[in-house]
Amino acid sequence: MSQAAATSAVSTDPSRRARLAEFWYYFSENRGAVIGLVFFIFLVLLAIFAPLIAPHDPTQQYRDAVLVPPVWQEGGRADFLLGTDAVGRDMLSRLIFGTQFSLFVGVIVTTLSLVVGVVFGVIAGYFRGWVDTAIMRVMDIILAFPSLLLALVLVAILGPGLVNAMIAISLVYQPHFVRLARAAVMSEKSRDYVVAAKVAGAGHIRLMFKTILPNCMAPLIVQATLSFSSAILDAAALGFLGMGAQPPTPEWGTMLAEAREFIQSKWWVVTLPGVAILITVLAINLMGDGLRDALDPKLKRS
Amino acid sequence: MLRFLLGRLAVLIPTFVGVSIIAFSFIRLLPGDPVALLSGERVMSPERHAEISAQLGFDRPIVIQYLDYLWGVVRGDFGTSIVTKRPVVDQFFELFPATVELSLCAIIFAVVLGIPAGMIAAIKRGSFADQAMMGTALVGFSMPIFWWGLLLIMLVSGMLGWTPVSGRISLMYYFPPVTGFMLIDSLLSGQAGAFKSAVSHLILPTIVLGTIPLAVIARQTRSAMLEVLSEDYVRTARAKGLSTFRVVGVHALRNAMIPVVTTVGLQVGVMLAGAILTETIFSWPGIGKWMVDSVSRRDYAVIQGGLLMIAAVIMLVNLAVDLLYGLINPRIRH
Repeated sequence: MSQAAATSAVSTDPSRRARLAEFWYYFSENRGAVIGLVFFIFLVLLAIFAPLIAPHDPTQQYRDAVLVPPVWQEGGRADFLLGTDAVGRDMLSRLIFGTQFSLFVGVIVTTLSLVVGVVFGVIAGYFRGWVDTAIMRVMDIILAFPSLLLALVLVAILGPGLVNAMIAISLVYQPHFVRLARAAVMSEKSRDYVVAAKVAGAGHIRLMFKTILPNCMAPLIVQATLSFSSAILDAAALGFLGMGAQPPTPEWGTMLAEAREFIQSKWWVVTLPGVAILITVLAINLMGDGLRDALDPKLKRS
Repeated sequence: MLRFLLGRLAVLIPTFVGVSIIAFSFIRLLPGDPVALLSGERVMSPERHAEISAQLGFDRPIVIQYLDYLWGVVRGDFGTSIVTKRPVVDQFFELFPATVELSLCAIIFAVVLGIPAGMIAAIKRGSFADQAMMGTALVGFSMPIFWWGLLLIMLVSGMLGWTPVSGRISLMYYFPPVTGFMLIDSLLSGQAGAFKSAVSHLILPTIVLGTIPLAVIARQTRSAMLEVLSEDYVRTARAKGLSTFRVVGVHALRNAMIPVVTTVGLQVGVMLAGAILTETIFSWPGIGKWMVDSVSRRDYAVIQGGLLMIAAVIMLVNLAVDLLYGLINPRIRH
């Protein structure tokens, strides 16, 4: 009920609709961004319907079909379109299920680092003083380490696994959101509408998160898409180093780690998971470029 | 300038203290007994445990332990490896030149290709060349570099047989390290073919490590250049009848380089993170591979010391970038 009310409120609000239309106008002008968006939607559908689409169970080992090449190569079999890996698992099914893990990592890491980072950033930018100094020093400390090294060490403490890898990556990405949110809040805080809301009696929490924050979202959204693609890359890298998802999980980085020994002989086990990572990250980055063009007025093409 | 430097140092020192607290806490946050972890002895009698505990200072208050640790760090004592029983700091300086050599080559590769590519793309904005270069840059930016390395090994080393697969130089050559930089040492050794071997070992790792910085620098140069090219002084220079080469290469480039220098500086941290993957793939004996190996060997003393030293290096490089930035852009100093 309340949801229906909210939807109708949105669609009757002319300024909001106009803003959305303007956003779509700029976004759709960037052909790459639209291609990225279409491909991303395709990946999301693939992840959701993976159990229906995948021809085989991703962990099922076919002992009679070890390292079968893709169907178009000599020795390929029609029931394994993209071939099988070293223990006879279907590559195509593993790649399809892999989208679930990668998108999941992207969503969780981005949400965690965005929410926590924004809260700290808004508090730092709003209150300034010693709170600001304390928060920013902690962020400086996190930024002093190479992100992958810090994530690697955190995983060494927490123990290897996909969940711990996600926690580690979220922590490492947070400072970027803190810095952006803080800078945006500082530039908005002295604007007239904020002063007006304050005079009208709005409390700190309301001022921070309801009055100021919605006007600071553009750079944060752009950074969020960047984090989404970097998180997929870093989680795959940790998987590759044996510190992320553990076998037999069909995670793309982990699949690459298992495929390393076949680098000179069986090209498909080495090539395909990497292609999957590359095109997924590329699609998200294309979308990110379009978002930046559409949301950031300073960079808008004149 | 001095005030600027002092201001930067005032931020740097508390950050270093914070970083040292993290390195210090690391060993104590690990699941398990830190005494057993640091000594590498899994099974020990209570007497032995108490002895090592006292030896490592674990029986004292935590604040004293930390201050003791910090004092050790200041004197250059970063702990002792559990596996090799050698001081961490010695190992670090043995392996560090390999990483520096690789990173320098990668950053040169990225700058030499990236800045001209970004400039051409900006001048020929909207052209096929612009779109092709920026498309390639976006692919490079999205590249999982560990896979990129495997792919290059598969194609260039495996199928074409052009470059070796791993290491810094062929095992045929041996000479004592003088500078630690294989390119220089191989020349100094005077052995025929040594330099060529060192170069061929360096090519693929350089490309792999340089790919993401190359993409970032090309994109950044393009957007910085586009911004500068629309400025009035550039129009004035054009109106004066200066050649495009002079306008772009002399007038515009100087100001467009300001954000690019920052970008290049920021790539140092990215480089060291990338070195972890690149060195692992190519068995390059640098600090990135050392850290990965230490994590899998559970050599916690090395992780603790290495973490702190790597962070210190990054902080110093960032300081240098800040100072350089202050030199080329006087506005920032005030």
